[in-house]
Amino acid sequence: MVVGRKPYVHGLLLAPALMAIGVVVFFPLLYSLYVSLTDFTLRNAGANLVGLRNYHALFTDLRFVASTVRTIAFVACSVTAEMLIGFGLALLMHQLARGRGLFRAVVLVPWAIPTVVSGLTWRWMFNDRLGAVNAALKAAGLIHQPLAWLAGSATAWAAIIVAEVWKTAPFVALIILAGLQMVPSELYEAATIDGAGRWRRFRHVTLPLLWPTLLLALLFRTIDALRVFDLIAVMTGGGPAGGTEVLSLYAHKVLFAHLDFGYGSALTFALFLLVMGCSVAYARRAVR
Amino acid sequence: MIRRKGRSLAGAAAGAVGIALLAPFIIQLSAALMTSGEIAAGRLVPSALHFGNFRTVLSGQHAFPRYLANSLLIAGTSSLIAVLLGSAAAFALTRLGRRAALAVLLVVLTAAMVPQIAAVSPLFLLLRSAGLLNTYAGLVIPYVGLNLPLAIWILYGFFRQLPPELEEAAAIDGAGFAGTIRHVYMPLAAPGVFTTAILVFIFCWNEFLLALTINTADAMRTVTVGIAMFPGQYEMPWGVIFAASVVVTLPLVALVLVLQRRIVSGLTAGAVKE
Repeated sequence: MVVGRKPYVHGLLLAPALMAIGVVVFFPLLYSLYVSLTDFTLRNAGANLVGLRNYHALFTDLRFVASTVRTIAFVACSVTAEMLIGFGLALLMHQLARGRGLFRAVVLVPWAIPTVVSGLTWRWMFNDRLGAVNAALKAAGLIHQPLAWLAGSATAWAAIIVAEVWKTAPFVALIILAGLQMVPSELYEAATIDGAGRWRRFRHVTLPLLWPTLLLALLFRTIDALRVFDLIAVMTGGGPAGGTEVLSLYAHKVLFAHLDFGYGSALTFALFLLVMGCSVAYARRAVR
Repeated sequence: MIRRKGRSLAGAAAGAVGIALLAPFIIQLSAALMTSGEIAAGRLVPSALHFGNFRTVLSGQHAFPRYLANSLLIAGTSSLIAVLLGSAAAFALTRLGRRAALAVLLVVLTAAMVPQIAAVSPLFLLLRSAGLLNTYAGLVIPYVGLNLPLAIWILYGFFRQLPPELEEAAAIDGAGFAGTIRHVYMPLAAPGVFTTAILVFIFCWNEFLLALTINTADAMRTVTVGIAMFPGQYEMPWGVIFAASVVVTLPLVALVLVLQRRIVSGLTAGAVKE
């Protein structure tokens, strides 16, 4: 009665989990695809199939185009910063002789705090009159008048990206640190004997071995950043004047403020395709 | 000599980075302990420890204790069920052969890529027609399904390290299926299962978008939604918001400080090729 030799046992063990994922993720996704082909709104009960009309409408919807551009720009800026800072943090943690456990715990704190809570805290820190950021900049003599960070699009973006990087760079650092610890120290010793300096050891030993881990961290972060919602919803609500409205925020408004589920579902599908596109691009890269 | 200098430099840098990482939490804690007058005056440090904001939050004036109970119940139940179903699935995957296991994992991970907003709109409609809006089940069901991919992924990483020979040894000793699971695998798998449960709990506790959309009735709100809704009325009651934030965050920070080694191993399980 060895468990491993009974195929139907595997099926029985797998079924509940796969069914739950099917019911909560895949079936709703198909349902949403269907809804996106209709003019269904919560205001009028009936739904008529309208074919690809909702998808056609995307191309002429300036708000959709603008929020897509904002989403991609946000991903590009924040993920680049996260990867660089996360890499730096990982190298720093790898160097630490003592207190690595304590530092690792500290690094986990931003990750563990709910985004809603940290978003509100950052909103407060970027407050023009009361915030710590303006107080610090003033004390350093960098600004003379308080800066209304969240009142202008460019500065609001800066604030949002700082908050995002603060939360996610530690996560990137932990993944990269795990990768660094996998590099056998004999390789460094061999490279040192061959006369490789610090930079060449990093360039020719660390980087090639770390490459898969870096790509995976990049994929995780890109997917996660593409669907950003909580942070921006809490910090600016998409404002000022829609200047920080990303795709998921726009879709949420169409769905739950306008109650237009047909068009809203087309919007969420566009985002889903964007995420899948990135994953496939990554997978092809990883296979090569 | 140079090496030692480098080490202490790294220590100093780590100290500075650590303070920067903790700063928002410290600022939040400090604002929670101020009076509203002190906050309006733009102070950074409270003149004394004022616990008024905490009293307001916990006295039930804001239904906040109710939000806490809701979150505890929803996140606890979801994490329990997700780990139960996830363990069964992950265990089966370790016995499936590499190819089949990878195929199943690929499907499971595709589910993890679906953006929350894409899941929320159909789930809202489906739960609405099932009459499950503003119920605990209305959040527990989606949380289980949405966290299962991650739970299976992490548990698979842990279970893969358990040697299959144990099973044969147990069979030779005359243990049946249930006995093998109970006496051989459960004790060995417990740390990994526990870590996964903690991670799923944190994810559910922190979740915002679904909670915001599915449970809109005040009595059914979770803590994250409750905190985000404080601002609504007239002026931002920062002191109260931060007191509530501290109450929500403190258990997580404590959990992370105590369990950091396990949490990190869970988060990076499967992320690094061996």
